Amino acid sequence: MSKELIRLADCSMAFDGETVLNSINLGIKDREFLTLLGPSGCGKTTTLRIIGGFETPTSGDVFFDGVRINGVPPYKRKVNTVFQKYALFPHLNVYENIAFGLRIPRPDPSDTAMRPAKISLGEKDIARRVHESLELVGLRGYEKRRVHQLSGGQQQRVAIARAVVNRPQVLLLDEPLGALDLKLRKEMQQELKTIQQQVGITFVYVTHDQEEALTMSDTVVVMNHGSIQQIGSPVDIYNEPVNAFVADFIGESNILTGVMHRDYLVEFSGRQWECVDTGFDPNQPVDVVIRPEDVTVTRDIAAAPLTGVVASTTFKGVHYEMIIECGDERWMVHSTHAQPPGETVGLSLEPVDIHIMDKPEEFDNPESAARVSDTADEDFDA
Amino acid sequence: MSRRLALPYAFWMALFVVAPLVIVLFYALTTEAGGFGLENFIKLQVYVPVFLRSLWLAFIATVLCLLIGYPAAYILSRETPSVQNSAILLMMLPMWMNFLLRTYAWMSILEDQGLINNLLRSLRLPALNMINTQGAVVLGMVYNYLPFMILPIFTIIQKIPPSMTEAAQDLGANSRRVFRRVVFPLSLPGVLSGVTMVFVPSVSTFVISKLLGGGKQLLLGDLIEMQFLGGAYNLHLGSMISIVMMLIVLAGIQIMNRFGSREEVALP
Repeated sequence: MSKELIRLADCSMAFDGETVLNSINLGIKDREFLTLLGPSGCGKTTTLRIIGGFETPTSGDVFFDGVRINGVPPYKRKVNTVFQKYALFPHLNVYENIAFGLRIPRPDPSDTAMRPAKISLGEKDIARRVHESLELVGLRGYEKRRVHQLSGGQQQRVAIARAVVNRPQVLLLDEPLGALDLKLRKEMQQELKTIQQQVGITFVYVTHDQEEALTMSDTVVVMNHGSIQQIGSPVDIYNEPVNAFVADFIGESNILTGVMHRDYLVEFSGRQWECVDTGFDPNQPVDVVIRPEDVTVTRDIAAAPLTGVVASTTFKGVHYEMIIECGDERWMVHSTHAQPPGETVGLSLEPVDIHIMDKPEEFDNPESAARVSDTADEDFDA
Repeated sequence: MSRRLALPYAFWMALFVVAPLVIVLFYALTTEAGGFGLENFIKLQVYVPVFLRSLWLAFIATVLCLLIGYPAAYILSRETPSVQNSAILLMMLPMWMNFLLRTYAWMSILEDQGLINNLLRSLRLPALNMINTQGAVVLGMVYNYLPFMILPIFTIIQKIPPSMTEAAQDLGANSRRVFRRVVFPLSLPGVLSGVTMVFVPSVSTFVISKLLGGGKQLLLGDLIEMQFLGGAYNLHLGSMISIVMMLIVLAGIQIMNRFGSREEVALP
């Protein structure tokens, strides 16, 4: 992970006067696995299409390796794309699909003239590279198959082979695993990561699946409403979300409205809590984000700072998910020990588990009641 | 259940498709004198030039329709839906006018004393002989059947997902190559049905050749009409010509479909 390969500088995009990207600034390093994560309509696919050359930003610049590439058409860019629905050519077999890019004459890299001579690969070289890339994606012997004879997962692999065979410097992937079932998706996540390390190129990956983003990426870019919310490593994004949206989107969260009295002291849910955050204005209204797995549930009501009644308990495999009503707030709690519905329980929190965030204007919620949110689990397919 | 529902259709087909075909076949294989065999088929030797002319003119008309229709369909497919709808309406509008009337209109345009020649004369230019030529017949075919070429090609090009073109561009293809390697191969099913829909009516037309060819450019359609309604009056020979023409057209379609399926152009 060394030099910066792609830079989006103040990129904005509007379709018919409607802003879909709002002044994006983003640097992508060489050999990085970077994920653009966000709900549908957040601008992540548009960002990818700007890098691929399918859209030209309304304002702002795109740089590739230091060179401005705003108007450069897709076929002249050193990037390849794995499309959302694969976009394999139905009239060609697997071999010809993969060989498509190899058959196109390319400028000779050793020719330093302004308009370098074009060179074409021989059939032998083409065959060798097609076989190599089929090997890479684990589809040896599938050369003669027709595209429609392949399963979804196999088509996905062919799409990846067709892109990486051209040895691009950057591979763009637009929700490539969206159409696969859960088990296959998990397998492909591992495999994509392996492929990325094997071929040693930059991956820019678009997804709305936060788990996918956290599993595979070196860097996660969380987007919403055409703006970047946070850029960071998966661990940073999960542990230190910068605002309620990021916290909410990356995993499930309890988002409560509170007031920051002074450094290390916050009030929410009707009492004051010791916390670890500083730097807010005195008595500033804030969002308080608490991960469901950070809440401790006890039967010892007397010692607990907060009490509530269990409204529901759902078995989720590793843990139980409980909704606990504390006055007019509903808390989501994850615990390995189930409490029966109707039971009165105590809730306690460690200061480090209380995350205080500025209230952004658009998320300003006049109602003081906390929202239990699980938006990350919703299907964002538009 | 579904079988019982199909019964009326089966009955209809038997009565109005199979039975007439059998009757025509029977006539084709018999003679006025009561003979049975391929006698009528042997008589067709005389008409080989008519067969060839019919096939040739229909072929030229089909090629012209394709050369005009494909670019038109391609350009149309890249327009906005509102432009597409108006263009298709304008294309269909003349087709709702009576076929005979449209062909008569061409007659009065192409005649020696017609619109074009009067215009040429008023400009002191030499008059042209246009009516009663093969050119006029081909023009009539192209004019009448062009929409049947444009519409199927337009429909199929429109159905090609934009991601196909984008994928090809992404892999390094410039727009010429995208068209040659992706759009055109994927549009072949539309071309095949367009070609069929122009060639078949062209090869069997008789109104166009009669009105614009002036009877000098005798085509298969005219020949058949003569046997059934005209002076030649020979139902048996007319039936044989019809059967042979049908077989030629069927063979042509078969060959084209074979060609098409080799390309394997099923869209996802």
